[in-house]
Amino acid sequence: MPSWFGVLASILDGVLVGAVYGLAAMGLTLIWGVMNVINLTHGAMIVAGMFGLYYLASVLGLQTYAAIPPIAAAGFLFGVCLYWVAVHRVIGRPPLMSLLATFAANLVLVGLGTAAWGTVLFNVPVSLPGISYEGYTFTGTHMMAAVLTAAIAGLLYLFLYHTRPGKAIRAVAGNREAAELNGIPTTRVLALAFGLGVALACTSGALIATLFPFTVLSGAAYQLKSFVVTVLGGLGNPAGALLGGVALGLLEGAMTPFMPVSWTSIVEFVVFVIVLIAFPAGLFNFRR
Amino acid sequence: MTSPAFVGKPTYWLIVLVTLAFAFVPLWHENVELREELLLAAIYIILAANLNLMIGYAGYINFGNIVFFGLGGYMTMWLVSSHGWSLFTAALLGAAGVSLLALFFGLGILRLRGAYFALSTIGVNEGVKAFVANFTPWGGSTGIYLPIDAFAELGGPGRALWVIYFLLVGVMGLSLLLSFGIKNSKFGLGLLAIGQNEDAAMVLGVPAPRYKALVYSASAFLPAVAGALFFFKSAFIQPDDAFDLVFSTEAIVGVMLGGQGTVVGPLLGAFLYEELRSTLLTAETFSNFQMVIAGALLLLIVLFVPGGLMGWIHRRWPRARKVLE
Repeated sequence: MPSWFGVLASILDGVLVGAVYGLAAMGLTLIWGVMNVINLTHGAMIVAGMFGLYYLASVLGLQTYAAIPPIAAAGFLFGVCLYWVAVHRVIGRPPLMSLLATFAANLVLVGLGTAAWGTVLFNVPVSLPGISYEGYTFTGTHMMAAVLTAAIAGLLYLFLYHTRPGKAIRAVAGNREAAELNGIPTTRVLALAFGLGVALACTSGALIATLFPFTVLSGAAYQLKSFVVTVLGGLGNPAGALLGGVALGLLEGAMTPFMPVSWTSIVEFVVFVIVLIAFPAGLFNFRR
Repeated sequence: MTSPAFVGKPTYWLIVLVTLAFAFVPLWHENVELREELLLAAIYIILAANLNLMIGYAGYINFGNIVFFGLGGYMTMWLVSSHGWSLFTAALLGAAGVSLLALFFGLGILRLRGAYFALSTIGVNEGVKAFVANFTPWGGSTGIYLPIDAFAELGGPGRALWVIYFLLVGVMGLSLLLSFGIKNSKFGLGLLAIGQNEDAAMVLGVPAPRYKALVYSASAFLPAVAGALFFFKSAFIQPDDAFDLVFSTEAIVGVMLGGQGTVVGPLLGAFLYEELRSTLLTAETFSNFQMVIAGALLLLIVLFVPGGLMGWIHRRWPRARKVLE
């Protein structure tokens, strides 16, 4: 039986990591909210962020956290391209088609990744001093990741509520036809929102890479976590996603001392289905 | 007893003909290599035809359809290896169990619509895979091996492979007949209505929740039998092989390539995909790019020919609609 402080420490650590899951889910939920497309390349984009960090930090020798802005920028550009290639033609068609299109794009990306890097484990060593208390250590990287997540979420809020393009994104999410009638170039706004969503996925991937080792196939597990988080927060609600991430982290942290790690994904899946059925609008959707 | 209305239509005879061809062509000179290739094609066709009941008829996308195949395999391997059951009873009862489980799952997750349902099906597969990998009676992550004498029941290893092949071809024929029968029934009409507009269908009196759960359960049975036969043949099952999402994906590509919602489409699409795949696999450069090619093919179909091959044929020659359903 772990001590009560051990459990508390595990929960706190879970919350720090959960914030990063929340960041990933914000990317997913932003895209859904604006264009009703579930981006199934999400996991692949998280992995792209991980490998981006690996190359910039471990191979080119850039300072770890300085590598994050270029990763976000590259993610944005890639997201805009992906929108034009795979998503634009299926906007407004049955949801089946956009799911299949992003699913297909995901296969291509994961397939290329597997061909390039195989399925070996990579990791990015980061040395940051942690805080030790009563024999438990709070890792520096975990705290740094949570702080950066909060900062990025704040920037996203400022962008969406206080800049013209951000307001345009929210207008298109609210009512695309009305936005078009008011002179907003909606197609470009959709591309912008998709790019932003992918940039968030890549950034969270880079942050996750500072915490845990990863392979090309890690994306699937984090994608599932993002879905759980998004569903907890209510699809299409970025602020809810962050809270959902913290809630999932809390759950994971509380479970870790009591059961083997391999059971985590089963519990997460059960939570996912229960929440989907019982609270289809999410637990943290206050706008109802 | 009068035979059902769909017996005797051109598509019915086509299904019978294809099934007989699958059964008899490899018997010519006892061509084992051809048999193995057709066996794989038959499995792709079984998966695609049953998946089409969900995607093409009811309009619900199931990304994790392989879960039925894997569970069917696991149930049977467990009943055969730990309880000494014969393959036939184990496969049938195992598949019935999987079908029942699907009905139970379906009543829950089919309350979700569209994208939400699709997301939960990925979760079902991953959840079941993680569960099986931790479930000690089924060997956890090492899986289940069959004892050497397991094939004795079918007359030794050499003969067993042929018996299993014929059984799989039979399951393939049944899968196609099931698709065809459902499409020509009131049940099928209700499903197609759900696929077009679920709310309108319900207003018109289609019991959508019951129909959806039933078709989910029906689409589980024959893939589970196929899984049972397939894993019995390899005498070995483990979670990564049983719940391989790539296999699921390839079934989706088969359905979309041939034409979702048609009876002949999944047969054509899955067969062509399997041929393409085996050609590419033998080419050294492409064997690593199997997923990339499946993905690129799927993307091109979704973006440019959403009706697939049959959709294209039906548009080009409207009269073909009556002959090839």
